[in-house]
Amino acid sequence: MGKKKKEIDDRFKKFGTVSFTSVTKVNDFIDYLEQGKVMGTRCKECGAVFFPPRADCYNCFFSDMEWFEVSGKGKLMTYSTLEFAPMGFGDDVPYAIALLDYGDYKVFGRISNDVPQDQIHIGMEMTTIVNKLPKGRLNYMFQKA
Amino acid sequence: MGKVGIIGVGQSAFVRGYPGSIRELAFDGFKESMQDAQISTKDIDASIICSAPEYDKQRSPAGVFAEYLGLVPQPTCYLESLCSSSSMGLRFAYSLIKSGLHDVVAVIGFQKMSEISSAESQERMGRGADIQWESPFGTMMPAYYAMYARAHMEQYGTSAEDLALIRVKAASYGQINEKAVYRKPVTFEMFSDPESPISGPVASPLRVGDCCANADGSSCVIVASEEKARAFCKKPVWILGLGAASTTVNLAGRDLFTGLTAARQAGEEAYKMAGITAKDIDVAEVHDCFTIAELMAYENLGFAKPGGGTELIKARETYKEGSIPVNVDGGLLSKGHPIGATGGSQIRTIVLQLRGEAGDMQVKDPEIGLVHNIGGVGLYGNVSILGR
Repeated sequence: MGKKKKEIDDRFKKFGTVSFTSVTKVNDFIDYLEQGKVMGTRCKECGAVFFPPRADCYNCFFSDMEWFEVSGKGKLMTYSTLEFAPMGFGDDVPYAIALLDYGDYKVFGRISNDVPQDQIHIGMEMTTIVNKLPKGRLNYMFQKA
Repeated sequence: MGKVGIIGVGQSAFVRGYPGSIRELAFDGFKESMQDAQISTKDIDASIICSAPEYDKQRSPAGVFAEYLGLVPQPTCYLESLCSSSSMGLRFAYSLIKSGLHDVVAVIGFQKMSEISSAESQERMGRGADIQWESPFGTMMPAYYAMYARAHMEQYGTSAEDLALIRVKAASYGQINEKAVYRKPVTFEMFSDPESPISGPVASPLRVGDCCANADGSSCVIVASEEKARAFCKKPVWILGLGAASTTVNLAGRDLFTGLTAARQAGEEAYKMAGITAKDIDVAEVHDCFTIAELMAYENLGFAKPGGGTELIKARETYKEGSIPVNVDGGLLSKGHPIGATGGSQIRTIVLQLRGEAGDMQVKDPEIGLVHNIGGVGLYGNVSILGR
């Protein structure tokens, strides 16, 4: 076998409409998205729960994490609908960004365009689901529970 | 150990499309501060250059500015905390002087934003938030602050009309500030007039009129030890209190969306250091990058209780003649927001107010003033309290 060039694990470049990061220690997040799962991390040492997922725990300085699935219902804490977009997102307008509270953690993301604007309200229950974008890109979005 | 004072303040006009390079822009604010302080460049022991990065081709602008401003061979460095960079510069100048390392330090803030388009600018500014986990969803500053506005509305019944009142106030002072980028009046009616650009949607519930004006600009604050301040200056303004704090960059790490915790914490620290309370403040400059930001500042600084900010603006208490005048120079909304220059410009306004030299914008005989300067989406909070 000939020598193989070391491949860079840049899976994270597939995240979102435009990704600004390609290499991260939590690249498996992308594989889970491809399997239809939105995952956070939990510190095996102290049990701290993180979303977005992190590779390192600032509580106990251990870097041994296990993945857990974001599941069940979260409550909509707040949101905004964009009518003007930053560079690279112009085709998506209008879209709403939002924050869901799951109790132990919160999730920042987009509200699905399937949810009519007049039905979005703070406190409503929503779920987080994987969203497949064109060209193999992925993110996640919130739907009415 | 003695006090630390401000002996000179200056700023460029805040404009769209400054017809010069960043070193020339910095010269404008620096020149005014030097003429104000009536000192020579040899009297300055060090300079701190403040801006938000990635707007310029020039890397490490500190050395370039030091050369152009005649501040070589004194030490210089670049410092940033996004939109609060020059207030952070004041904090570092204070500590350099308090430590005895230097006697006189120039804090120079600048930003030239006009070389890139508005959409590019929103993308740059959005990247002052979490680029790994939030930016891929298409975030921008107005939308982040709009999320705070939405939560404030839900919690306290605040309306879009309440927010519009803040812009109307800002514009009334922007018209009389010759340094302001936006000199036009903004009326309450414009917010409901579909023909007016002011009513245009940006990120609900914020509209064009709720957002500050991007601008090119520079500012300079010259800070000195008590001994040098008394030797150089007839009316030094003293730094009475400084507070600074941060919070999580990702919104997922935050619990409160009706106020900015870093601002509240910085304010409490600054009041404690100065040995005063909110009631002692005679005039304030707050970081009104969006109308909701000014409303939250009233509450985070203790000018109003949580949810009470709307009453303050409805009763015109934050106008020049009110009980706590806020942003009587037009604020970021109308004076403009050249990111790195903003803190220095706010400090300049308060210094001029305390010296009784604010012209048409002068508040009646203020003794203590406050500057509230925020970086990112409430990410960095700086509060500075100044007194005669």
